[in-house]
Amino acid sequence: MLISTALVMLMTPGLAFFYGGMVGRKNVLTILIQCFILLSIISIQWVLYGYSLAFGPGKGFWGGFDWIGLTGVGLEPYKDYSATIPHQLFMVYQMMFAVITPALIIGAFAERMKFSAFVIIMILWATFVYDPVCHWVWGVGGWLREMGALDFAGGTVVHINAGIAALLTAILIKRRKGFDRKAILPHNLPFTVLGTALLWFGWFGFNAGSALAANGLAVNAFVVTNTAAAAAGLTWAIIDWIFNDKPTMLGTATGAVAGLVAITPAAGFVSALSAIAIGACVSIFCFIAVAWIKPKFGYDDALDVFGVHCIGGIWGALATGLFASKAINPDGANGLFFGNPKQFLIQLLAVLVTVAYSLVVTYIIYKLVDIVIKVRVPEKDENLGLDLTQHHENAYTVIE
Amino acid sequence: MKLIIAIIKPDRLESVKEELYKADVNLMTVNEVLGHGRQMGVTEVYRGAREMGNLLRKIRLEIAVNENFVEPTIKAIIKGAQTGEVGDGKIFVLDLAECIRIRTEERGGPAIG
Repeated sequence: MLISTALVMLMTPGLAFFYGGMVGRKNVLTILIQCFILLSIISIQWVLYGYSLAFGPGKGFWGGFDWIGLTGVGLEPYKDYSATIPHQLFMVYQMMFAVITPALIIGAFAERMKFSAFVIIMILWATFVYDPVCHWVWGVGGWLREMGALDFAGGTVVHINAGIAALLTAILIKRRKGFDRKAILPHNLPFTVLGTALLWFGWFGFNAGSALAANGLAVNAFVVTNTAAAAAGLTWAIIDWIFNDKPTMLGTATGAVAGLVAITPAAGFVSALSAIAIGACVSIFCFIAVAWIKPKFGYDDALDVFGVHCIGGIWGALATGLFASKAINPDGANGLFFGNPKQFLIQLLAVLVTVAYSLVVTYIIYKLVDIVIKVRVPEKDENLGLDLTQHHENAYTVIE
Repeated sequence: MKLIIAIIKPDRLESVKEELYKADVNLMTVNEVLGHGRQMGVTEVYRGAREMGNLLRKIRLEIAVNENFVEPTIKAIIKGAQTGEVGDGKIFVLDLAECIRIRTEERGGPAIG
């Protein structure tokens, strides 16, 4: 579990490179600092009160304040979450999930958000969106958990939650300047591939670690995670080949991430063969979202957070309701394809609740911050790039 | 024959290209350069060390034209690059002594294109 925690921690810097490579040269440091500052801020927030709100023993809207500052969160196991690992280990493992979830949203408003506004929005979002949703799905006494919603490693809590917030933020902050004129090109695709590799690597901790033990279930999660990522990366490359004449690196990397997203909620409940189906389908759905739906509606979800994470997450959550099997995990449930249509409806409800709640609260947070300090940078700053204007730094020198 | 050199903001390149195409000017050499005019660049800070007046990234366009294209080219560049903000750039017009197309060895006006 210590290793898994470290693996998930590495995903946020991985995400920083994944996103950083896709933005312009003048905005890469902005992406990196946003990811790294979240690693700092949310780590502190989690210790101070975030863990208590998300996983505390309260049975209402969130977990309550009993575990503020880790009061009562000791080195003995807390049986309701895991009987075999120290409570603080569970806490710090979950911390890394709390860190990467808001970081996912960064890709939607890339290249145009003021840093100060970013910090405030993210603290509020972690507190009022992530922590409650996390409590409902994973916390003891959480109502979606009680209802039987399956989310092995964060399809709803992480990906749908962040993905829908990303879509809304992209719409509210409006398009980047020149977005309609031409595609804004990635400045360093090797960075993006490096980030993808770190994400894939870290995802083993994310999914297999969610078994909370080094056991058969963890092995199953590990195997299906790799299988789904492989199937989805391959599928995207084939789709590229058919529709755009050539397979592309960015497409293959995007597909792999989409596959990892989709298998996340299902990792502890499905077989490797189901993982191939989940991975192959997710690339088709995400490709449609990114290549057709986005241009049709004209929103500027800069790095396709909604198209990959939300769509992939929704498919994954629903696919869990289709492919889940008690043969894989006796503590789980059977899905539609294994004779239990009710599970599919429960999954659907969990998706809808997450989408609706995240939309409403993200909207309120965004509008509040926008009224107080304006979220978007002035046009002049956007032209010059956020690295220079928000951070007084340049990523690349030209002379020496 | 004239050589027109324009220094513009990087984010204006697309619109300048569009205006040039509209004016039937399809030949250009584009460079990325550093420089600053009266706005004196920006200050950068690295571990507390302040770098004053750092040079800004600019785009340098070079376009060789025949006499009848000089004004349309200048107008197109202005139309595409002008924002009214400081740092919009400059256009220089130089006399061009000779132009040779390497493939055919044509010289002078016809070689320009």
